[in-house]
Amino acid sequence: MRLSALPPQFRDTSAHSFHADADWYDELDSFRALLADDWPAAPVEEWHLAQSFLSREARLVDEGRFNDWLDLFAGDCLYWVPVTAGGGDPRREVSHAFDDHRRLTDRVYWLRTGLAYSQIPASRTRHAITNVETVVDPEGRRLVRSTFVVHEFRAGVAKTYAGWYGHVLLPHGDDWLIRLKMVNLLDSEQYHENLTLVF
Amino acid sequence: MTIQEQRPAAMAARIDRWTDLVRPDRVHRTLYTETQVFAEEMVKVFGGESWVYLAHESQLPQPNAFVSVRMGLRPVLVTRDRHGGLHAIFNRCAHRAATVCREESGTAKSFQCPYHGWTFKNNGELVGVPWPQGYGEMDRAEFGLTRVTRVESYRGFVFGTMNADAPSVEEWLGHARPWLDHWLDRAPEGEVLLGSAAYRMGFRGNWKLAYDNAGDGYHPSFSHRSLLEMASRMGESKDMSYFGRTPDDGPMVSYSLGNGHSVIDQRPAHGDEPGSFWRNQRPQPGREFFEESIRAEHGDDADRLLDLAIGAQINLSIFPNLLIIGNQIQVIEPLAVDRTQLTWHATRIGGVPDEVSILRMRTQEDFPAFGEPDDQANFEEAQRGLAAPEAEWILMNRGLDVTEWQSLVDGVIVTAVTDELHMRSYYDEWLRRMREEVR
Repeated sequence: MRLSALPPQFRDTSAHSFHADADWYDELDSFRALLADDWPAAPVEEWHLAQSFLSREARLVDEGRFNDWLDLFAGDCLYWVPVTAGGGDPRREVSHAFDDHRRLTDRVYWLRTGLAYSQIPASRTRHAITNVETVVDPEGRRLVRSTFVVHEFRAGVAKTYAGWYGHVLLPHGDDWLIRLKMVNLLDSEQYHENLTLVF
Repeated sequence: MTIQEQRPAAMAARIDRWTDLVRPDRVHRTLYTETQVFAEEMVKVFGGESWVYLAHESQLPQPNAFVSVRMGLRPVLVTRDRHGGLHAIFNRCAHRAATVCREESGTAKSFQCPYHGWTFKNNGELVGVPWPQGYGEMDRAEFGLTRVTRVESYRGFVFGTMNADAPSVEEWLGHARPWLDHWLDRAPEGEVLLGSAAYRMGFRGNWKLAYDNAGDGYHPSFSHRSLLEMASRMGESKDMSYFGRTPDDGPMVSYSLGNGHSVIDQRPAHGDEPGSFWRNQRPQPGREFFEESIRAEHGDDADRLLDLAIGAQINLSIFPNLLIIGNQIQVIEPLAVDRTQLTWHATRIGGVPDEVSILRMRTQEDFPAFGEPDDQANFEEAQRGLAAPEAEWILMNRGLDVTEWQSLVDGVIVTAVTDELHMRSYYDEWLRRMREEVR
């Protein structure tokens, strides 16, 4: 359901999830199809803006500014880290993260409780993002595809995660809001220790 | 004297190298740190003496299906033959030991070893070797893949053991069987299906830290503080908050079921009315919309259906490696003395509307994201602590001397939810297996 059509009691998407309906799942399927397409090379300006957005988002995570990071997301957002390569069917499969706005708010709240022992000490991360491609879809949404390497250090152990991001960004004033951030880990269905870092 | 101490205890019966290490109230740190103990466990506790969980039948949906698993450290293929019969064979070529199959699952009538081309049927029989003239008179029956001596399925759960004399799976499940039945009978079609993806979570610690924890009603108020705190973000306290209110005085109880099995029953904390599991669950994505559509479509039946999107509120531990938690099947897969994989298989069920299935997936993402990682961090920190040689003991004495906690109900001991009876009980079974007393 479109956010503008939500009944008043459900407007606060950090507390309610009335919009995450069957259509919302269907739209997710269409995003995945779009993100799997071949795209033409983007004009330099668009490419630069897309890359800048991703760099800024990554920096907020790396600096632990999770509330600022949360502010980048739209009310009907999804932060998605699938288990099955390519996403599988989330209607019948679980994901590492399948966070609507409320659950993403929970996640940030949880990270900041100071009581999550899996994050004591907290992960130190550095995101490196390359291979950025971008295109605007017919509805004016900016699609961005990129390759990431996340270096993490926590509790004496250094780890590296690699994969690709799919972003769907909605125009928002002079900026964008994240409608979808899909994190496709190269080894998403394999052995992982402590995936509580933010990708 | 508590009820546990009145029954014939394996640990008191014998004097051997374990007598000093497994005491009625404590176990020695070396059980969690010594590679030699681990190597022996991987043979005796994990299949050599008695049953160990291997796979679920829904992972083998048709004839000639196979799935690759571990039985202790043994690489094993659980297969169906062309008639649908179940087998478990070592994924280890009879010739020079290479694995004959490198896929995680699939369909195969036979497996050809990629190293020298020996070919085996999916029941393990050797069907051919390249250029047999090099072997003179070869008795092929002698060179099949090693078979897991016994393979039995109970309502879809496939177990194996190398012990030909082990009791039947039903007998061995014993008092745990009605609990497993309860868990399965919640599903309208009486079965659960895997294949809804699995988390392969790993931690740098001994496998028993996971089993110690699975029946432990003492830790949630502390280990899961972040989750409990998060759950109160929007005011109401939700799922598991009842652990925080002196759980021993509450309605939850723990049962020691024999043979190392145990269960925590959280249901009484929810009350009896349909819909209570649903109401107590932390909110999932889409909760409001799907609840509304289910209520509109199913009326009086909606509460029952919504509860099926939520876990069974029992934590059933089946020794040594099968844990039923929520709606999930968790398998303990030891990798090394200080490294363990915990595979969380999400499950789905038939006979419910699609909306319930969706909510069921979203519910199963909650605890693995915000609860389990904190436990596993504590397991890793316990393993670090265990490196100190002079501090020798892991205690399991909570409840040992509290005579009013334990009582006998239908042949099993029921006790307070924070009693460490579950540890004392499974170490009885651990000892039986390590001492080769199961037969």
